[in-house]
Amino acid sequence: MLGTGKDKDAGYGIVAREDFSDVTFLLEIRHPLMAKAAQPGQFVIVMSHAEGERIPLTIADFDRDKGTITLVIQAVGKTTREMQQSCRVGTSLFALAGPMGVPSHTGGAKKVACVGGGLGVAPVFPQARGYKEAGAYVIGIIGFRTRELVFWEDRFRSCCDELIVCTDDGSVGVKGPVTEGIKRALAAHPDIDELVAIGPPLMMKACAEATRPHKIRTVVSLNPVMVDGTGMCGGCRVRVGGQIKFACVDGPDFDGHQVDFEDLTTRLRRFAAEEKSALDRWSESCRMMPPPEEAGGG
Amino acid sequence: MAKKRTIRTIPQERTRPREQDARERAKNFAEVTCVFSIEDALRESERCLFCPDPACVEGCPVSIDIPGFIRKIGERDFRGAYDVITDANLLASVCGRVCPQESQCEGPCPVGESLEPVAIGRLERFVGDMAIEERWTNLPYIEPSGLRVGIVGSGPAGMACAADMAKAGCEVTVFEAFHVPGGVLRYGIPDFRLPNRVIDAEIDKLRKLGVRFECNTLVGRLFTIEGMIDAMGFDAVFIGTGAGYPKFMGIPGDSLNNVLSANELLTRCNMMRARDPGHDTPLPLGRRVAVIGAGNTAMDATRVCKRFGSERVYCIYRRTKAESPARVEEVHHAEEEGIEFHWLTNPIEILDDGKGNVRGMRCIRMELGEPDESGRRGPVPIPGSEFEFEADTVVIAIGTHANPIIGQTSRLKLNRRGYIEVDGNLATSLAGVFAGGDIVTGAATVIEAMGAGRKAARSMKAWLGIRDTDAVYRPERAAGEETLFGIDLAEKSFVRVHLG
Repeated sequence: MLGTGKDKDAGYGIVAREDFSDVTFLLEIRHPLMAKAAQPGQFVIVMSHAEGERIPLTIADFDRDKGTITLVIQAVGKTTREMQQSCRVGTSLFALAGPMGVPSHTGGAKKVACVGGGLGVAPVFPQARGYKEAGAYVIGIIGFRTRELVFWEDRFRSCCDELIVCTDDGSVGVKGPVTEGIKRALAAHPDIDELVAIGPPLMMKACAEATRPHKIRTVVSLNPVMVDGTGMCGGCRVRVGGQIKFACVDGPDFDGHQVDFEDLTTRLRRFAAEEKSALDRWSESCRMMPPPEEAGGG
Repeated sequence: MAKKRTIRTIPQERTRPREQDARERAKNFAEVTCVFSIEDALRESERCLFCPDPACVEGCPVSIDIPGFIRKIGERDFRGAYDVITDANLLASVCGRVCPQESQCEGPCPVGESLEPVAIGRLERFVGDMAIEERWTNLPYIEPSGLRVGIVGSGPAGMACAADMAKAGCEVTVFEAFHVPGGVLRYGIPDFRLPNRVIDAEIDKLRKLGVRFECNTLVGRLFTIEGMIDAMGFDAVFIGTGAGYPKFMGIPGDSLNNVLSANELLTRCNMMRARDPGHDTPLPLGRRVAVIGAGNTAMDATRVCKRFGSERVYCIYRRTKAESPARVEEVHHAEEEGIEFHWLTNPIEILDDGKGNVRGMRCIRMELGEPDESGRRGPVPIPGSEFEFEADTVVIAIGTHANPIIGQTSRLKLNRRGYIEVDGNLATSLAGVFAGGDIVTGAATVIEAMGAGRKAARSMKAWLGIRDTDAVYRPERAAGEETLFGIDLAEKSFVRVHLG
């Protein structure tokens, strides 16, 4: 009944894990209240241990019946690689706060393209499902480097009327970046009235440029560096339409045609030196340690 | 009883606590001012005139019986002094440190008319710290009311409200979005002004009163204020979420890397322990740091940067020292520690090094113009006085806007600037929901927030139909009147316990 409905000292239990590749993995975490509250487009702040960083991760799925939320994580820096090693089924996260951010607006559109690239594939899924539930015709466009990295094709098929898979090397689906898929979708459906793009800044920028001449409403989801995620520190500020906005409480969704992507990429490099040295130090300390236990499948 | 004290018979000099040497302390995070020794406290207690109509109590936002606790110190009854303080204020150690006493209790102290006022803040801290050291706490006789109160935000307003409602027998749950409770006390105020162990001790006391803390809980998004009343079964709710949303300058270069809000700087260092071994949160700071603004937060920011080893730390303010909103003591400490002040200076552009980092600022000199409607002389730029200023980090400490989350997620009536609208009893537009602190008034002090938390608690008790023990046991300081409504006023409203 009360509050978060979890035992204060037990942390937030990981109930399932799935590894999509040697860098990408999925965690399903028990948090019934959050599963109930979560909406497409929202994110959480995670701390894997008491001395860890607070990192923002977009909610990739939520299951109100099971009372779980799903995160898909790419092990790229110290914190995420550490999580890749330590987060097993049966262990728990030290902190999990959310859902944060203004939910995506998934009503009103008739025909929508939901575009996810790399890390953005998972978080665009709840949006695709949200649009579908709101009665739109949904075209999914998901991009990966190569065939081995493809995941969640089945989940997307379950909620998309059409699905275009793109790979950089053409090993499956359309050869080329997601903008190639957008081109095809626009050719087949000139009446697309909304496009959502989630992924690396360069990809989102390219998507926004692809729709600009067609004047299609384009929503991008920004994920800059954050501390609190509640509007208190201003570290996640982005420039949209010439104004400063905080991605955590004013976003994370913004009009892709208004976002200053150059500013965003510069700000994402803000801790580049610190991130590299933290990762180096960590990798060094890992080499000194006995190998980690066998990975728990999910 | 000794003969009556007068201004001539009391110790003329205000007792100075020991302070860490400025050069030494600028390199560490230990507290600047050491706590009074027992001898210091006894001597300072002799300076109180025990005014029959004490102006200090009037000046205290939570109306501590100041002469009462000072008298107990004089009698060497330190536990008794603690009892007197906790009757009004559970957080003696915090308030003794961070209250702006010069404008509250010590400001109107009559001793201050010819000498320096009684060091009330230092005496309060002495008592509070001794209580922590000796593990004293006072648990009130709590008669469960069966009512449930939800408090949003675990900062000073929420803590004060939680304490009063728990004492009134309510089952109190405090929700905090961060992973640790304490709010601004935790993320905002650096260790050298308020060590974490003091906050831990104060929160521990609230837990002893039965208050539950639920961290990692973002109210508004995880559940709504309305939901707390309708679905979760809270009989009343208090919102004390703070102001929060930092302002930036709105000048070119605002979003360069190495431009950060004071909130971000302080959160990274105070709460996330950026420079402590084993902690992952980074805090890059350059050699030359410019802090914009001259409030208490700005002072904290400058002094944190100095302690992290920045060679030159500047404080840049568009008015003069006289208009600076920071406490006198804080400016003084910053000056001693080698912070360089540039008064009457305003940045008009933050300069890019070509890679998206700060290389400096373009500033303009200001002068004070005619007084505006608030009576303050407004700063006016001096034409042609622009100059460049070398810096590699810029910290913005020019205040905050209202945090939008509660407004985005509830039907609560807000004012034009996004703060929550309340009536004189701190009741909001939603029945059973009260609000206080920075989210109502805009940025203010810790003790004002605590005062608001207590005021909201009084209103909440009235709303819930709880007999207010405060109003019964200490209606006023009416000397000689021993009972009220048949209740013995000398009887304490708490039981002393020793935390084992």
